[in-house]
Amino acid sequence: MAPLLEIRNLTVVFDTPAGTVHAVNDVSYTIEEGETLGIVGESGSGKSVHALSMVGLIARPPGRIVSGEVYFKGRDLLKLSQRELLDLRGKEIGFVFQDPMTSLNPVLTVERQIAEPLRRHFNLSKNQARERVVELLELVGIPNARERIGQYPHEFSGGMRQRVMIAIGISCNPKLLIADEATTALDVTVQAQILDLVRDLKKKFGTTVIWITHDMGVVAGLADTIQVMYGGRIMERGPVDTVFEDPRSAYTWGLLKSLPHGGKRGTTRLYQIPGNPPNLINEPIGDPFAPRNAFATERCLRETPPLQQVEGSVPGHKAAVWYDLREKLKKQEAKV
Amino acid sequence: MSVERTMTPPQKPLVIANRLCKTFGGGRSLLGPSAPALKAVNDVSFEIFPGETLGLVGESGSGKSTTGRVLLQLEEPTSGDIIFKGQNLTGLSKSLLKPHRRDMQIIFQDPYSSLNPRMTVGEFVAEPLIVHGVATNKSERNDRVAALFRKVGLDPSFMTRYPHEFSGGQRQRVCIARGIALDPAFIVADEPITALDVSIQAQIVNLFQDLQDELGLTYLFIAHDLSMIRYLCHRVAVMLRGRIVEIGPCEAIFENPQHPYTQALLSAIPIPDPKIERNRRPIAFDVNANPIPEAATLRTVGEGHLALVY
Amino acid sequence: MKSFLSALLRSRAGLFGFVLVMLFVAGAILAPYLGLASPIRSSLTSRMVAPTWTGLFSPGAHPLGTDELGRDILSRILYGSRTTLLIAAGAVILGGAVGTLLGIIAGYYRGIVDRILMRVVDIQLALPLMLLALLVVAAVGASTQNLVIVLALTSWLRYARIIRGQVLALREREFILSAHAIGAGTWRIMIKHLLPNVMTPVLVIATLELARIIIMDAALSFLGLGVQPPSPSWGRMLADGRVYITTAWWIVTFPGLAILLTVLSVNLLGDWLRDYFDPKLRTAR
Repeated sequence: MAPLLEIRNLTVVFDTPAGTVHAVNDVSYTIEEGETLGIVGESGSGKSVHALSMVGLIARPPGRIVSGEVYFKGRDLLKLSQRELLDLRGKEIGFVFQDPMTSLNPVLTVERQIAEPLRRHFNLSKNQARERVVELLELVGIPNARERIGQYPHEFSGGMRQRVMIAIGISCNPKLLIADEATTALDVTVQAQILDLVRDLKKKFGTTVIWITHDMGVVAGLADTIQVMYGGRIMERGPVDTVFEDPRSAYTWGLLKSLPHGGKRGTTRLYQIPGNPPNLINEPIGDPFAPRNAFATERCLRETPPLQQVEGSVPGHKAAVWYDLREKLKKQEAKV
Repeated sequence: MSVERTMTPPQKPLVIANRLCKTFGGGRSLLGPSAPALKAVNDVSFEIFPGETLGLVGESGSGKSTTGRVLLQLEEPTSGDIIFKGQNLTGLSKSLLKPHRRDMQIIFQDPYSSLNPRMTVGEFVAEPLIVHGVATNKSERNDRVAALFRKVGLDPSFMTRYPHEFSGGQRQRVCIARGIALDPAFIVADEPITALDVSIQAQIVNLFQDLQDELGLTYLFIAHDLSMIRYLCHRVAVMLRGRIVEIGPCEAIFENPQHPYTQALLSAIPIPDPKIERNRRPIAFDVNANPIPEAATLRTVGEGHLALVY
Repeated sequence: MKSFLSALLRSRAGLFGFVLVMLFVAGAILAPYLGLASPIRSSLTSRMVAPTWTGLFSPGAHPLGTDELGRDILSRILYGSRTTLLIAAGAVILGGAVGTLLGIIAGYYRGIVDRILMRVVDIQLALPLMLLALLVVAAVGASTQNLVIVLALTSWLRYARIIRGQVLALREREFILSAHAIGAGTWRIMIKHLLPNVMTPVLVIATLELARIIIMDAALSFLGLGVQPPSPSWGRMLADGRVYITTAWWIVTFPGLAILLTVLSVNLLGDWLRDYFDPKLRTAR
């Protein structure tokens, strides 16, 4: 079966007064129907920009899609007109953004905001749409949904607003739900509830999910496949269990190692990745993580490693490296 | 790495918060009805001992940041006392407070809004020295700022640059350099790593640890990342709706939480291990359904471990 | 200073504005030494002489023509710039300084100080500024000094209003809290932390205000309440020359052009200064 979404060689830049920012560099991947892909990365990794640009949600200019194809159900999204994209967004591809306060319109009732895509895409009457809105709010766990649909966003708490955002995201039963740092602004207890809700939705509707976050823990619990991005590139990708257990990119390895892992005070010092995030204004040459990577070879600085199947690992475990991390780690251990 | 300090007396606490309250709003305005008062901090008491790190956790709006700010007298408490090095700071005038300011500093969450965009980072770090008349000679001051830069892991040649030229982690280092410029005894760190990139957080956490070992600092570490709290703190206080619902040694809280909110909070931490994470079932706790009775008090439930029981 | 000049040389618009402003200032200062005809002595024999460029350096030449009383227009523009530029610059600086300071004070202290200051602004905005200026000038007389004060009086509130809003937002920023935390005094916070961060809007308002003030000064002169005749001022030249616009276009055109060029050059310079004071833009270039 063909994948639900296939991205080929997507490259996106932003033209700014300070220079050209290379936000996404030659990103290719596929996602199967029903799969949950967790994309991990820090700011400037390209994780959000690539998702926004594939459905025409970046401002152009300054943004510019230099190259690439994005096939969704066989159609190249980058070739669609604004009008066709408008029909697609919300209906086939749902979005949930980080900040529900700025993504919701403060002067419209919650009902209006959830009903809008419904009425637009399905020609529902006002009453039909209302019934559906109530149903959706109940689904995302908002108590007294019928009474609350007439309220404005500020009358909801942060967690409830994020639930409203998710209700909007799934209102038209999208094939694909893209969540960009959707729980970052929430308290951990609320985050746990939202993650439970997403798991439920997947079970019920078989929705395909791209969950973009910086939190390794969230991805561990939610995703089937993890994809680690850095400096606009995919560094590593594979089944979650495999990647967490046996990372092959020094960046993934460093990220996992720098977490406290339930460590107590006075145990070991945290491992720290040295240096600072890359400056994306420079023309990308070589492995973007190489300047911060103790294991980097001469070749890493000069030449960009392709994302390749890891030898001897499970199928689908890919890493973009010139070095063998396991060997390097063994050598390091031997030295100590 | 630090040697674990024993938390047994006879040490006297460095900071004591005694029944602190901070209420916002509620005043009568000229026109229209008065807004209902919000008790951001409600009857909060705790002690912090020299060299100790006390973690303060809670949901957003629980009053943890306000507690930190009230403690440093950046906001006046509505009632209650702050005793610092044995002296009551509440109600002191600005000029009487100024000498104490040398001894206590704050690091903020957002390194983008905590630097003055129109001031070079060198000037910014030098400012406390100028304000307190330390190192009045310009070249001496420059040397001290350069030393501070090195101490927090920044190249002193960056002194003449402006904040926008730095990444989040570097900015936070600048803030820390300014914070320790006057050799304070006590630092309130208000979510200092929350806004930083994951690959940078460990750097800053280690820096906090190193500075504590080197300078004997005492921290109030406000955070919502509980795994970092566990890693960094000797003791933890959990806040909910302006009140401390549980306080005690880190291990007691993590191994044996007593208050249902603490239990919910701990069960909600995502663990970066797919095998554990898939089977984790968070405990739900609805604050609105379980309001804290005003009369509830902290009771001892273990050694140095107190919880709100009702 | 060196970095200022090298930055200036890199911006074409900024340099153009700067050179033009400097030319006007130089013209104003050097007017008495340029061997020009007297700006006030009238000559009935040479009334309304059209601009001629022949014999430019001979004593009787009028490169920009003469007015209805036979006075040399170039000379009147240059001498007029002395009063006009002095009054405009004085009013902009005075109004800007007072308005910015009061805006910072209102935004920083909030509460009763803020309420009183903003009510004063509201009340003054409710009165037509021109009427206010006319009343004051009529009462205290039209000396250069009084004109500066009157024009500044019509100007400060624009700064105060906008700067107050900026400061209200700024004071919540954490670097201001941090300044409190180190025990920095009020004055230090205002001058070192608030003022530099409101310089962008101050400069934008100032360039707009300079243009408005030159025109208002012209209007006051036009109504006979500006600089008193026979001293030349651009506004008065416009006022007097307007009746001859069909017969002797140059009488009103050249002072108008002088106003236009001044306003344009100050705007260009102001835009550049605004960017120059922004460290973000300075290093990006």
